[in-house]
Amino acid sequence: MSLRLLLLPLLCLLGAFALPLAAQDRLPPAPYAYQQLKDPAQEARAKALMEELRCLVCQGQSIADSDAPLAGDMRHEVRSKIAAGESPAAIKAWLVARYGNWVSYDPPFDTATALLWLGPLLFLVIGGWLAFGRFRRAESDSEDAS
Amino acid sequence: MKNRWVLFVPLAIMGLLFGAFVYRLVTPAETLIQSQWIDKPMPLFDLPPATAGVPGLKSSQLADGRPRLVNVFASWCIPCRAEAPQLEALKAAGVPIDGIAIRDRPEDVAMFLKEYGNPFDRIGSDMQSSVQIALGSSGVPETFLIDGKGIIREQIQGVILADQVPGIVARLEAMK
Repeated sequence: MSLRLLLLPLLCLLGAFALPLAAQDRLPPAPYAYQQLKDPAQEARAKALMEELRCLVCQGQSIADSDAPLAGDMRHEVRSKIAAGESPAAIKAWLVARYGNWVSYDPPFDTATALLWLGPLLFLVIGGWLAFGRFRRAESDSEDAS
Repeated sequence: MKNRWVLFVPLAIMGLLFGAFVYRLVTPAETLIQSQWIDKPMPLFDLPPATAGVPGLKSSQLADGRPRLVNVFASWCIPCRAEAPQLEALKAAGVPIDGIAIRDRPEDVAMFLKEYGNPFDRIGSDMQSSVQIALGSSGVPETFLIDGKGIIREQIQGVILADQVPGIVARLEAMK
């Protein structure tokens, strides 16, 4: 195999890694991105809320777990608001007003989530009905046999 | 056995489920989070200049009677470079454009403007993405169409393409 054939995939690979690296800002993280609040009670409230909020960049992670710059800035936002005396519910409502229920890992019960909440109940009913039918059939079978 | 094909129904259902899982694993859902902060007034902010020579941006300046664009960008954002010619075209069409630079350094903003042109009347520096979050914006570049009263009317996510330019000019004109 010629050297060029070997080099080409290598260059492509390098290029693929270089682009995302270049697309990072050079600012240090916001003060409260990686620093806890002094008051442990406040920090506990902030932490609980941050674990419930979805990161907008790396979707599937909470902002507490993500190292994306925007997640850091959202942690700063949450901690600053908690430190200023806002309640977690108010902060969540503030974010939901901007990003929709999508931003929360604990969405409310509505038409979009109804199937999710009621699904297990529905399956339990269907299962119970199936089992009931089967038992009854088995019973009548054994009666026929006797 | 009345119908032996019935026996294969559970297998078929499992096959369908398996197929659905494989499909989602191979092509992950890329959800674009649209801002819900539409038809609402611009959040209050007062951002310092992002670089020397271009004034900063105050939310009160966005309600001067002229519909305009607010472009959320960053010098470190590669797609924003591709958007520069379209912003120039919009400016040439008489559209006022203000910018919000996300997590940016003054020297980097200056370099960006020097290299890709400056269509902005004002650029506010949003060092901790606080205005971006208040706007319900989740990335760069994003562009907001603001009417003359400072109400956000539309959000455009991602790079503005050349064929979108006339439509944007027309929609801003209709807001007058």
